[in-house]
Amino acid sequence: MMTTHRRGLILGGAALLTVPATARAQGSAPGAVIDITRARTDPIPIAVPALAGGGRGADISRVIQANLRNSGLFRPVDNAAFIQSAEAAAATPRFQDWRVIGANALVTGRVEDQGGRLRVEFRLWDVLPEQQIQGTAFTAPAAQWRRIAHLISDVIYERLLGEKGYFDTRIVYVAESGPRDRRTRRLAVMDQDGENNRFLTDGSFQVLSPRFHPNAQQIVFMSYFQNQPRVYLFDMNSGRQEVLGQFPGMTLSPRFSPDGRTVVLSYAQGGDANIYAVDVGSRGSRQLTSGGGLDVSPCYSPDGSQIVFNSDRGGDQQLYVMSAGGGAARRISFGRGRYATPVWSPRGDLIAFTRISGGQFGIGVMRPDGSGERILTEGWGMEAPTFAPNGRVLAFYRETRASGSRGQGYSARLAQIDIAGFNERQIVTPTDATDPSWSPLLD
Amino acid sequence: MNMKILGALGALALLAACSSDEATNAAATGAGGSGGLAGSAGLGAVRPGSQEDLVANVGDRVFFDTDSSQVRGDGRGTLERQAAWLARYPQVAVLVEGHADERGTREYNLALGQRRANSARDLLVANGVSGQRVQTISYGKDRPAALGSDEASWAQNRRAVTVVR
Repeated sequence: MMTTHRRGLILGGAALLTVPATARAQGSAPGAVIDITRARTDPIPIAVPALAGGGRGADISRVIQANLRNSGLFRPVDNAAFIQSAEAAAATPRFQDWRVIGANALVTGRVEDQGGRLRVEFRLWDVLPEQQIQGTAFTAPAAQWRRIAHLISDVIYERLLGEKGYFDTRIVYVAESGPRDRRTRRLAVMDQDGENNRFLTDGSFQVLSPRFHPNAQQIVFMSYFQNQPRVYLFDMNSGRQEVLGQFPGMTLSPRFSPDGRTVVLSYAQGGDANIYAVDVGSRGSRQLTSGGGLDVSPCYSPDGSQIVFNSDRGGDQQLYVMSAGGGAARRISFGRGRYATPVWSPRGDLIAFTRISGGQFGIGVMRPDGSGERILTEGWGMEAPTFAPNGRVLAFYRETRASGSRGQGYSARLAQIDIAGFNERQIVTPTDATDPSWSPLLD
Repeated sequence: MNMKILGALGALALLAACSSDEATNAAATGAGGSGGLAGSAGLGAVRPGSQEDLVANVGDRVFFDTDSSQVRGDGRGTLERQAAWLARYPQVAVLVEGHADERGTREYNLALGQRRANSARDLLVANGVSGQRVQTISYGKDRPAALGSDEASWAQNRRAVTVVR
């Protein structure tokens, strides 16, 4: 069931192709740079013709186009508008032909089948000054052509936007099926674009709240295995799962520390729930909160020094920040409503959350000190935001309200949205889906 | 309002006796006199000390207000009767399941469901049941009893259910 993706893709030393010194961008791409930390900008028009050489060339370009389009920051030019052929462009781009169809950037390349392995070289061009911005070659097993497309997408994103991309990543989530009172919930993992979906558990026990280890090879999650609700570790390579820690009661809402050595989770004790840090190596645990309330959904800051969590210690659910060692916590959410499921951006600058207010659920962001709150999207039901590794996009799940007394019409689906609050779109999954967790960039 | 709805559902269930959902709703009343009704309605052989017995004659669940884990007055009566029933069947051990409605976030609701299960358990223990006979578990919002997305369904789902093990 498990495949070894980490070692599967041997990038033949992602070699920079020869690039004329004059054409090499100094730090950032000429003409095309936008400030992605600002609110919505016009998407960059980019032409991505099929890579030359036949075979997977057209498939790879299609995946690249979809990635760039889905980011909301690029506008791939319609293939039907192309004047120069893909083969000819791969040899020598005739920039005039790409300029007149409105492309600011052009991607060309060639695929070579080397007996079960693909060698893919691609070049990124700035059309107006007629300069090559980047040239890179990848080799990988032919079956992993999608990863090559994602890696190329990440290079394009980074060179044109000045920030790392997020396309060569996966999302682990809970695949749900069946009626709501007898739901089957399985761990599932897929590429960030919804492809290569795999189920990791068979549905014989419930699972909730999966989260990736920073190496993307382990998952920590909550399971009702043998009717004991506990936090488990799951190894993607071996398929082995084991309970984490020696807690006599329910443990829930786990999350790895940025270095992967610690899992922070919530442990239900009596009528309270407190936050504990569990050392993954020794399995020793340390209690971090004792606030006399329900403390759940902890998440480390990217430098590992602080933890944001959700607590009702003050009466209703709000967000609190404390030192990673525990101790005094300060409340950071003061808007109207209840706040939950905080996650710290990998960039450190924002905390995303779920807000419940006036009968509506919303996904929002605020700075770690609680200032600058913005609600990105609202609706009848949604929760559980997770950041893409570049901090620019959030995935979460959105629910559609049941229209009948037997639960007809209910659904739960994954969605993503830009942190500037635009480009919300569904991530297509084979079944209902909840609790997404975005992996770091794969390596 | 809620009581009225639950009462109506309970009456329906007794008449219709006894798909599991309806039995569940019957229990929602926690109605004291239902034992006699069940008997006179000829519901067949309910094994004493079984879940069916608990549901039909005592009431297997108590309900909570939004975001609350305080057992309400009506629920206290149900738990007192459950404790008396458990005193009659000392060999019976139970699992108290805590649940929440869908209008909260999943992880918080897991903790809230656990707190509700604990509240119910505490009252059983306060009424003389040995703590060793009463385990708890929470399913949060993930195992609703009523499947609608409306106030009446949510009221049914904010519950602690006593299950014979």
